[in-house]
Formats: sequence, C-alpha cells, structure tokens
Amino acid sequence: MYDPLNRIEGEKADISIRDGKVVEGVSDGATIIDASGMIVMPGGVDIHSHIAGAKVNAGRILRPEDHEKDVEKHTSITRAGTGHSIPTTYTTGYRYAKLGYTTVFEPATPLMKTRHTHEELDDTPIVDKGCFPLFGNDWHTIEYLQQGRVEECAAYIAWMLRATKGYAIKIVNPGGVEAWKWGRSLVGLDDRVPNFELTPREIIRGICKVNQLLHLPHTIHVHTNDLAKIGNYQTTIDTMDSVRGLGNENKPSIHITHVQFTGRTGSAWHNVGSGAPEIADYVNKHDHVTVDMGQIVFMNTTTMTADGAFQYMLYQLSGNKWLNSDVEVETGSGVVPYRYRRNNYVNAIQWGIGLELALLIKDPWRVYMTTDHPNGGDFTKYPKIISWLMSRKAREKSLARINRIARNKLDLPDLDREYSFSEIAVVTRAGTAKALGLKEKGHLGVGADADVAVYNIDPRKVDPSRDFRLVRKALKKAAFTIKGGRIVVKNGEMVETPMGRTYWVDSSVSEGLRSKVESDLRTTFTKYYSVQMDNYAMADSELAHSSRINVKADV
Amino acid sequence: MKEIILTIKRGLRLPVVADELSPDKLAGKCVQEIQAIKMWEGNRQLALEDIFRVTEKLNGSEETTIRVVGNASKIRKIGFEMSSGSVLVEGDAGMYVGEDMTGGSILVTGNTGSWTGMQMKGGRIEVKGNTGDYVGAGYRGTDQGMKGGTIMIHGNAGNEAGCWMTSGNIRISGNTGLFPGIHMSNGTILAEGDCVGRAGAQMRGGKVIISGRLPGILPSFAFEEIQEKAKFIDEKILGPFYAFSGDMNENGKGKVSVRVSSNPHLKWCEQYLEV
Repeated sequence: MYDPLNRIEGEKADISIRDGKVVEGVSDGATIIDASGMIVMPGGVDIHSHIAGAKVNAGRILRPEDHEKDVEKHTSITRAGTGHSIPTTYTTGYRYAKLGYTTVFEPATPLMKTRHTHEELDDTPIVDKGCFPLFGNDWHTIEYLQQGRVEECAAYIAWMLRATKGYAIKIVNPGGVEAWKWGRSLVGLDDRVPNFELTPREIIRGICKVNQLLHLPHTIHVHTNDLAKIGNYQTTIDTMDSVRGLGNENKPSIHITHVQFTGRTGSAWHNVGSGAPEIADYVNKHDHVTVDMGQIVFMNTTTMTADGAFQYMLYQLSGNKWLNSDVEVETGSGVVPYRYRRNNYVNAIQWGIGLELALLIKDPWRVYMTTDHPNGGDFTKYPKIISWLMSRKAREKSLARINRIARNKLDLPDLDREYSFSEIAVVTRAGTAKALGLKEKGHLGVGADADVAVYNIDPRKVDPSRDFRLVRKALKKAAFTIKGGRIVVKNGEMVETPMGRTYWVDSSVSEGLRSKVESDLRTTFTKYYSVQMDNYAMADSELAHSSRINVKADV
Repeated sequence: MKEIILTIKRGLRLPVVADELSPDKLAGKCVQEIQAIKMWEGNRQLALEDIFRVTEKLNGSEETTIRVVGNASKIRKIGFEMSSGSVLVEGDAGMYVGEDMTGGSILVTGNTGSWTGMQMKGGRIEVKGNTGDYVGAGYRGTDQGMKGGTIMIHGNAGNEAGCWMTSGNIRISGNTGLFPGIHMSNGTILAEGDCVGRAGAQMRGGKVIISGRLPGILPSFAFEEIQEKAKFIDEKILGPFYAFSGDMNENGKGKVSVRVSSNPHLKWCEQYLEV
C-alpha cells in the first residue's frame, strides 16, 4: 500500500471500507478483495484536465476525425461513446476509472458558460469533479481591483463562485486575453491592460489577496501570460514572484499550471531551449508555489484554452483549423488541433521541459503530473508519463527517437533521478488532493473517501526502472478501482457506473458587503451583459450531485 | 488460392458496414467461417450469411479474389484496409470503397458512393460507372487525404475529388464537380471531361489537369505559360494547356493545367505571355 499522506510506503496493510468511507474495521461478513502482490493507492486526483464545457464540446464538434477511429460500443452497463483526444462525457468517466482515477477537476470554464460545464460534468460518470471559473480577464474583477476595492472584489468572486458553482479561481493570461480582443498584445507582467488602469501583475496580486480573504480550499490556479512564446520562462518566474510574501509563508499561495508551455528560453524558434532548470530552481527555493507539468506526448491532439491570443498564434503557426470565441466581458477562448512530432525541434524541446521540471523539482508535493488534457496529450497517456518518471531507461528509449538537435540541447539525458512508487502516488493523488484542499481524498486513512486504485504489479518483484513496460501495462488497466466503496472497475473492465459528486465552494461574506455588491451587479449586468442577472446564477438544484464546501470569508 | 463469390440474397434498405470484406480478412477462412462473420445492417448485427450466399472456387492465381454479385450500393467499406488480392464488384458499390487500402486492386463495374478510396495509401481502384463526392479524400474534418495508389473513374465524379490528397493519382474520364484538388499538397488529378469549377482551391502542391471545359480559373491562381503536354503517371497527354500556379492564398506551389482548345474563354491569359 502506498499512502504518502499517512506515511505508508509499500507496506502490507488492510483497508476496511463501510458506507463509502475508510473505517477502523468491518464485520466478518464483509466482501474481501484479495490484493496481495498488487499495488494499492488512493484513487487518482487530477488537478487539471479539460473534460467538460463549452470549448471542450466545441472541440468535439470541430474534430469528427478525432473520434472516427476510436468508437466505443455500448455494453449492458456502459453507454456508447467516442474517444481519442476529446472523449465524450461518458467515455471520459469510464477511461478515468480504468486508470484508477476517481477525482477530476475541469480547470477553465467561462463564467457565463459554466452551466454548460456542469451539465456535462453531471453526465460524466464515476469520478468526483469540480470546475475552476475564469476571472483573470473578467471586467467586474478588473474594475474592482482597479478601484482598489479588494473586499468588494472578494464579495463579487464569492457571489460568482456561488452563481457558477465553482471550486477555485482560475486565471488565464490575465489582461492578455482582454488586450487581444482589442487587437493588442501584452508582453510580460507590467504592460497596461487596454481601457483599464492596471497591469497583469496587479490583477494576479489582487486576485491572490481575494483568494486568501475568501479562504478558498485551493490557491489561485494560474495559466501565465506569454504562454508558448519564446523566452517566456522569465514571465513564469515573475508571476510566481509577484505573489511572494502575500500569504502564509508555509502555505502555497499560487499554483502555476502546465509549466511546460511556459518554460521556454531562447530568442527565436530555432534556439528555443528549456527553462526548466531556472523554474525548478525558483520552486525549490520558495514554498509558496505549486506547479503541474503539462507534459506533452507525441500524438495528434486538440489544444483548447481560454487564452484566445495563444490559440490564434498556434493557428497561424500550424495552418490547422481554428475556432475562436469571445465570451462577452468575461474571457475568450480558442481550439486548434495540433500534432506533436518527435522529429520537430520545438516539440522535442517541449517534451523535455515537462520531464525536466518533474525531475528537477525536489519536492514531489509541489509538482503534479498532468498533460493539461487534451492540450499536451490525452489523459490515457498517463501510464506512459509515469514510466518516463520512474525509469531512466524509458526516457533514453524515447530520447533516442526525438529530434537530434533538441536532444543535444536538453539537460534531460543527464538526469538520473527516478521516481519511486511512493513519489508517483504523491504527484498523481496525494499531492494534488492536498493542493486542492480535499481532506477526504488522496489518502486511505480512517475517515477518507473509499476511493481506491489497485494495480496488478508487485513492487517487490518488479524493478520499475528496468521493467518500465510492465509498469505501463499495469497502470493502464487498474485491477480494481473502488469509488465511494463500490467496485467500479475489475481487471480493467467496468463493472458498475455510479455517478460522482460535484464539489463547489460557498464562501460566506458579510451580509452588508454582499448586498452592496449585488446592487452594483444589477447596474453592470444591464450595462454589460446579454443575460439578465436573475437568469445568470445557477440554482443549487441544477446540480445532479451537489457537494457544497462551506467556508467563512474574512470580509 | 481461391475465389470467394458473395451473392447478395435480398434487397437492402439499410446501410451495411462490411469492413470485413477484404481479401486479407477472408483469406484462409472456410465457407462456414465466412458465413459466420458478423456485420452491422442499420442498428442490427447479423451474420454475413443473412445477407450473402457464399461459394468458393479454386483458381490458379496466387492471391485471394472476392467477387460480389448483386446490388451492393448499400454496402459500405468494401476492401477496407486491404493490402493484397483483388475485389470485383459486379454492380454498384456503396460508400467508402477501398478505405485505408494499402495494396491490391478493386474493380467496380457499376457506380460507387462517396469517399471512394478514402485515405488510401496504395493499390488501385477502378470504377466503370460514376462515383460520388470526395474521391480519394479524407474523413470529414481530417487534413489527411489519399496518400498513394491510383483511382480510375470511367464515369463522372462529384465534388471535392482529391480533397487533402498528399500523393497518388486520380483519373476521372467523365465530368467533375466543384473543387477538384481542394487542399491537395501532392499527387495528380486528371479530369478528362468538364469541370464545374473552382479547381485547385487552397492547394499547396500537386497537379490538377483539366482536359474539358473549366468555366473560370480562381483569382488566386497566376498564369504561367502555355505547355504543350501534361503528364499523368507515365502517360503524355497532348495539349496545349494553359498552366496556372496557385493557390496564392496558400503557398502558390500547386499547378492547374487547363486545355486550350476546350477553353476559349481563357484566351485572355495569352496577353501575359512573354514575347
């Protein structure tokens, strides 16, 4: 059993489950699952995976060719669906369960389209889920911050999280998407956002303060400015540094997501290099940051983000089809199919940056494994990435096949660190659950949710460094996945398909502040929006399996 | 080896997905095994024998031959992923004939549906009758069309022949619809009859030769020269032809050749000839 939060590293142990929770012990009549000679971990927790919402669905519509060769027929318990890089909702749930994942967070949902996100999440079986609404380019947020009304901004964001049933604050290219809508582009953190009197740095700092005032369980979740631009590693470090000292020293105050896309050195496309060493160095020296990899896998995938400016750049670079959306006064978004190629210099460097980050950041509790599904590759490739992390030999095999110039430029060939199973449990479940503030996930102690993944591989007999293919095979199809105490996957096949919960955060602010902000919103909604304020907010009853987390704000 | 004769027993109203009907998949199977192959008709899965009568005959050839007799216009994906052998359809065939094929040959004596030779990589398809839209194209949405092989259409073809094709050859002896060679990046399309128009839109390479009438050339094509002959595989086709390059909205590296004698309305090009 590997349960890093309870300091269990590969010990033999029994887990007792009753009523969906881990308990001290159960009666003799309980069902017994014999997992001897197998690995037992808490169910996986994915901190960043685009699985539902308007842009995901737009991606599905844009790409019939993505689904054509990956069709799942219905069975007596599962529904039909299609897959590959943007699977249908049901297929998403089944495939996550087969990998041993039981909790997934959709990390970018435009405020006014979050109702759509929840409708899809309600149709995503098995996994527990939640979503992060976008605030980094939202006029209300920017206006409050510009006027220095941080407390009102906090009350507004609390109102909005309740209205959209969101879990955490997502910031995507703060100010940059708004600027791009006016045909402008911002460089770094200190350019002024057009028509406003503030900079991306001030937006990030302001929202970070709001996050702390509201006591949200997760930190701010940031997709930095200058994503995918050459030499952007400095912006990433600046972003991390911009909130230094704002919060509690020992607690993270910012999560930088898919750092692979924002960790490039160089001055032109031909000399792009890896900024992973510099970023890892910063993360190693500062406790207030957590990051996730956003690892790429060489495949044909679909990129989608709220960063409309980046998607336009990718469309121009690749010549592929492109979909763009302007979400009123809130954000933008875009979708572009993209094929990562081994022999492409920049793609090979990207592949190296993700892995270098994971290997150079010393504390696995602060770097998490993601592919930014589907931007770097779809989530079914996780076992492959785990094998790269666990085995230098696996990395060498892949390195031998990538672009030669990139190979010579990367530090990756010299890195000999190999993750242990325990560290893998941290970067895929324990660490992410901790970062998300989910107290009942990511561990198997008494009182935890009974989400368990069992993989048919014996760590006493298999050396993951040498037999990385066996690891890959075992992780691809969990021997058992238990969700809320029910066996959902057995030997890699679905056996039951319960629906998971949707987490959302209700941060209560003072009555006076709330009514003040609501009256502000009545005016601005009429002025800015195509939707009436009364039709905007979601009722609690709109979520099929609502799980509210109550916190008390400082304002 | 043997010839497998599949005779259609009854009229088909719903589409049948016959992705098992390829010499690779039927070779080495006895009649009983072939009869038991599962295929979908509409939303029902049936055994092959519910649709076909199966007989077989030994022949002296090295390869497996499949002969489909009857109206197969509702049968899709004949010759799917085949790599060798031959398929003869006596009558019409449905959509996706020879999808993803890498070798061997398919001969259809009647007409075929759309997407004939979809994403094919090698081999040869010959259609005696007409065909639908998207000959040698890719699946909806993809940027990967036909990558090799040869398609011969003796009748007419619909719109967007050779859409996204990256290699290979398509010959259409009859008339062609709109947009032959749209998005193509390599390969050759020869349209011997008339074309409805907009040949070569958004092409980035390759050749489209039109021997019949083309109502007009797209404004994003530049006139280059008058060439005496055009080449299709090893065959020299006598012209003369007006040669255009385009599509300038892309990289301008494609070529469209239009026969001078059938297109007097394109005579305006000649004023740009260098004397």
